[in-house]
Amino acid sequence: MTSSLFFNVTTAAYFAAMVVFIFYLTSKSIQVGFVATLISWGGFAANTLAIGLRWREAYAMGYQQAPLSNLYESVVFFAWSILLIYLLFDLKYKYRAIGAFVVPFAFGGMIWAQRSLDSTIAPLVPALQSNWLTYHVITCFIGYAAFAVACGVSIMYLIKVGKEEAASGNPVGGILGMFPSVKVLDDLNYKAIMVGFPMLTLGIITGAAWANYAWGTYWSWDPKETWSLIVWFIYAAFLHARFTRGWVGRRAAWLSIFGFAATIFCYLGVNLVLSGLHSYGGGG
Amino acid sequence: METTNVQPSPSPVQGNFVDRLWDFFCSLKLAIITLILLAATSIIGTVIEQGMTPEELAEKSGWNLNTLQFLDQSINAFDMYHSWWFLSLMGLFAVNLICCSIKRFPFVWKTVREPRLVADDGFFRTLSNVEEVVVAKGTLDEVRTKVTAFLGGKFASASVTEQDGKIYFYAEKGAWSRFGVYVTHASILIIFGGAAIGNVWGYKGFVNIVEGSSVDQIMVRGRQEPLPLGFAVRCDDFQVSFYEGSQRPKLFSSDLVVLENGSEVLKKTIVVNDPLTYRGITFYQSSYGPADDATFRFRIRERATGQTIELTAREGEHVSLPGGYSFAVTNSTESYDKFGPAVQMHVNTPDGQHGNPFIVLQNYPEFDAQRGGEQVFSLVGMDQRFYTGLQVAKDPGVWVVWLGCFLMVLGSCGAFFLSHRRLWVTIQPLNKGVGVKLGGSAHRNQPAFALYFDTLRTELNAALADK
Repeated sequence: MTSSLFFNVTTAAYFAAMVVFIFYLTSKSIQVGFVATLISWGGFAANTLAIGLRWREAYAMGYQQAPLSNLYESVVFFAWSILLIYLLFDLKYKYRAIGAFVVPFAFGGMIWAQRSLDSTIAPLVPALQSNWLTYHVITCFIGYAAFAVACGVSIMYLIKVGKEEAASGNPVGGILGMFPSVKVLDDLNYKAIMVGFPMLTLGIITGAAWANYAWGTYWSWDPKETWSLIVWFIYAAFLHARFTRGWVGRRAAWLSIFGFAATIFCYLGVNLVLSGLHSYGGGG
Repeated sequence: METTNVQPSPSPVQGNFVDRLWDFFCSLKLAIITLILLAATSIIGTVIEQGMTPEELAEKSGWNLNTLQFLDQSINAFDMYHSWWFLSLMGLFAVNLICCSIKRFPFVWKTVREPRLVADDGFFRTLSNVEEVVVAKGTLDEVRTKVTAFLGGKFASASVTEQDGKIYFYAEKGAWSRFGVYVTHASILIIFGGAAIGNVWGYKGFVNIVEGSSVDQIMVRGRQEPLPLGFAVRCDDFQVSFYEGSQRPKLFSSDLVVLENGSEVLKKTIVVNDPLTYRGITFYQSSYGPADDATFRFRIRERATGQTIELTAREGEHVSLPGGYSFAVTNSTESYDKFGPAVQMHVNTPDGQHGNPFIVLQNYPEFDAQRGGEQVFSLVGMDQRFYTGLQVAKDPGVWVVWLGCFLMVLGSCGAFFLSHRRLWVTIQPLNKGVGVKLGGSAHRNQPAFALYFDTLRTELNAALADK
């Protein structure tokens, strides 16, 4: 019973869920959709167990640290967060088709982590030895995960909106018929960002509080900080766009997709491309 | 955020310049465009490393020096977050926030402070959630009692208005959530204010303290002259430790003592993530280094005679040994792989021949015996004085910033997750029985309110049917 076994199970489950969700879109069978959701829950359970076991393994090695200490651990936690937000949305709104556009993000993260990232459990360097690390990482990743859901929903919106307009009021058939209506997709996009934006705000605030506590400056325009603010600006623009004529619909969906692209750059691009305070963390 | 009754109709086209300027500064479009511009321009400073010179960056990155120099001179790209144009953009953002709020706030204030208490038929037609019930048996007073109990029990106590033989009830919940967006906007301005206070009355600096010594002034960023602290800080000890069997640092710590007029007033061991604060000035563990050359204490055994002597050497210094030999330490480390403290040294023969370098490990005193030299060296101890590098910061605005952050979280929770829900009930005598009309609205999240209203509708029917 090792964490790596369960991380493999998680990856396999997310892959299976993704395939079954796509099969659901083509088969239009409610049972298939149910099975896909069930596999997602199974994968989420395995993901949770794997993170828990890894936590215990670190303690057994004598490191009193939450499993949020390097890039590998942050990516598997990101996958976990995506499933958490997705499954909560599924419980509340029950639009199965969304799984086909959200679960791939979690699968992509898991397969990348399992194949290319260093999964060694290493102790924390002094700069990361703080409880703030846990608060900061959890708030940020719940936010990122909500943006992933919003991005998936926005892609569905952009795929469907043209067809639905062309159909002028008649329901759209085929695979697109399995998508929620564009009105619902637009609303779900907004709802996901309504969860993500306050979490991102909290993530930035906990990061600033930590920076102030550890270094004496709550803001130093380091690339990671700046990119988190860029993401914040984009979603703030999105939230205001909803109340402005000419900015709803397609533009809001594009803003949501740009927002998620900026989120991913903030999370990974800054560490892999740019340099700064977070480089020692190797992620997070 | 509100789309319905808080946005006044657009001003007429023939409005004068001032009106149009005002509308421009109040507009949501300006907000969206400013936010997107801030996002886009902020990228520059993450690509061009801030605080470098064009020459340094050209060398490091291989980018064209002329282009970098042009960017430096034209848009201050190497300190862009403090450039006039970026600060102007931030200023525009702040002005937009203020104007938006000034324009819309009175409407919201009026909605909250002077709610519509009387819902006539015309008003009911504007509501999307309405229920009509006719109570066949019962008097107006009985129905009034039931409605009062129903609203008070299931929702919120109502204010009652009697007019023209009809009775009007009004009840609301979460009215203050309408202010969430204004609290959020205000919080941004408060954070700006806190940052300004820190910039004017605070500073960031650094100081190096050699173990055993004290300082009473620091260097401040952006100033030439050292700044007197008004008290002294002494470093008694600096420690660095590593995770077992690796070069990965585990802990940096400094034992600091604050001295007022020579007497100790505060003692604290600081580590990264746990600083010392005294009189509003905070000292953060930030770096360290050797203060001078290390000294090494050796026990040396002559292989031939078995005689041992003890000697001390500084790094690089040639120390004489009996029989015309001499030795020198050329390098040292606190942690040589997983073997602990170690030195690299060599021995010179009496005829001046430079011997091969070898390693001596403090934790393995007999290790050097295997070398087979004339002398067997054991390292007894290393004495290295370190200096501890401390960041020093004073920021009287930081509490204002935290207040702003707190209000931002509070305000956005109000703005995103709560809504102002209102219920109106009108009861009136009919030819047969009493007519009851229930209407409701929420200023956000209509679908959830529609579900909630459905439950209320069922409960109202049950309450009215109850004897």
